[in-house]
Amino acid sequence: MRQASSHGVLHISIAMIYLDNAATSFPKPPVVHEAMLRFARDTGANPGRSGHRLSVDAGRVIYDARESIAELFTVTDPLRVLFTGNATGGLNQALLGLLRPGDRVVTSGMEHNSVMRPLRALEAAGVRAVVVPCSPQGMLDPDDLRRALSERTAMVVINHGSNVNGCLQSVRELGIVARDAGALFLVDAAQTAGCVEIHMEDDNIDLLVFTGHKALYGPQGTGGLVVGERVPLDRMRPLIYGGTGSRSEFETQPEFPPDRYESGTPNTIGIAGLGEGVRFVIKTGVQEIRRHEDALAAALIEELSSIDGVRLFAAPPERRLSTVSFTCGSLSPSAIGLRLDEEYDILCRVGLHCSPAAHRSLGSFPEGAVRFSAGYFTSHDDIAAAVDAVRVLSKEGRRA
Amino acid sequence: MKEDLCVVLFHSTSLALRGEKLCREEKIPVKLIPVPRSLSSDCGVCLRFPCADEDRLRAIFTARALEFDDIARL
Repeated sequence: MRQASSHGVLHISIAMIYLDNAATSFPKPPVVHEAMLRFARDTGANPGRSGHRLSVDAGRVIYDARESIAELFTVTDPLRVLFTGNATGGLNQALLGLLRPGDRVVTSGMEHNSVMRPLRALEAAGVRAVVVPCSPQGMLDPDDLRRALSERTAMVVINHGSNVNGCLQSVRELGIVARDAGALFLVDAAQTAGCVEIHMEDDNIDLLVFTGHKALYGPQGTGGLVVGERVPLDRMRPLIYGGTGSRSEFETQPEFPPDRYESGTPNTIGIAGLGEGVRFVIKTGVQEIRRHEDALAAALIEELSSIDGVRLFAAPPERRLSTVSFTCGSLSPSAIGLRLDEEYDILCRVGLHCSPAAHRSLGSFPEGAVRFSAGYFTSHDDIAAAVDAVRVLSKEGRRA
Repeated sequence: MKEDLCVVLFHSTSLALRGEKLCREEKIPVKLIPVPRSLSSDCGVCLRFPCADEDRLRAIFTARALEFDDIARL
């Protein structure tokens, strides 16, 4: 893989090929771990609680990360960037915080369990959840969404980029449809934040959920929810109540963001890394990252689809991430994954990827698939080596 | 003579940090300090600045829609 360096990217091949960036990106730009080490060694204090210089420094680390995220998604008010432990935390905050018994919520057939499980739990509490089917390539047609919104709907929640086949939904158009119907538009950008351009306002997004540890190149345990101006904060209940370092004379939860939604001491060391990851993305340029990753996706799709016996789950050009899944003849995905790891030093992910709904939509349920997901530090040599390995395995599979 | 110092109080630390940033952009010499006990029972921080800059500071915060609680003389 390409090695990250402080000055950019060095093309050094090392033995291991990491193709699991859709789960967690690796490696990280060195500025990320350097910032985390610096925080652990030099700052360490509790942000915004105590008022001494280290406490203020820690608070600044978090505030600066908020500002960088606001800059990346073109958000006017950085205080509407709420930190959570991961994208799942952000999605739960938006869904459980806003939907009430009797509300109707519409989603797509390509969602991750981080959306489907809260929705199923809400259904048990009297929320009506409607799933709009997607095309065999995973695309949600805005007209299909429009038809599903003929009844009064509180929220539309859409997975921006699939973690299974990498397909990208037309968020901007879907947002218009959702808003025209009077619904709030929630976008799960776990796979896209950092590698696809996202503009809160222009893309008609009301609630944007991101994770820190994928394409924003931060560490695990970071993520968040950006709350747009159309979202009534007085109606979005916090999921967790407690100390915030503000309004300490009151025993009731503060009503202003981000404090209302960020009780308890945060993951400051993680956010220190996330802030640097986001600034790395801004400095490198989302367009440049996308250009490199799309070239990798093109190579992956072209090469894998040329192998006899490979069934590929990929998205159409212009609408894809550098994530593809495949099955290979009679070989089980888990057997392929194990052999790629043990014999070829290729690390990928097999199974259902926490997304049974998406696998059903694509026709790969319940067997699942092998997933290759590239990142900015993946090289074309990595892709070529991974494809060669699959070619050899598929030949063996045909002989067996 | 030592210059008169004021503090501006905020609802939250995030707002205080934003206030610090906006003032520094406009070259107002500010420092985040713990809120004096005489002003509030809150455990947070406030922004200390020269009282002579009060009008400028108010104008900046109004222009940038930054909410603050109160301004007090130390």
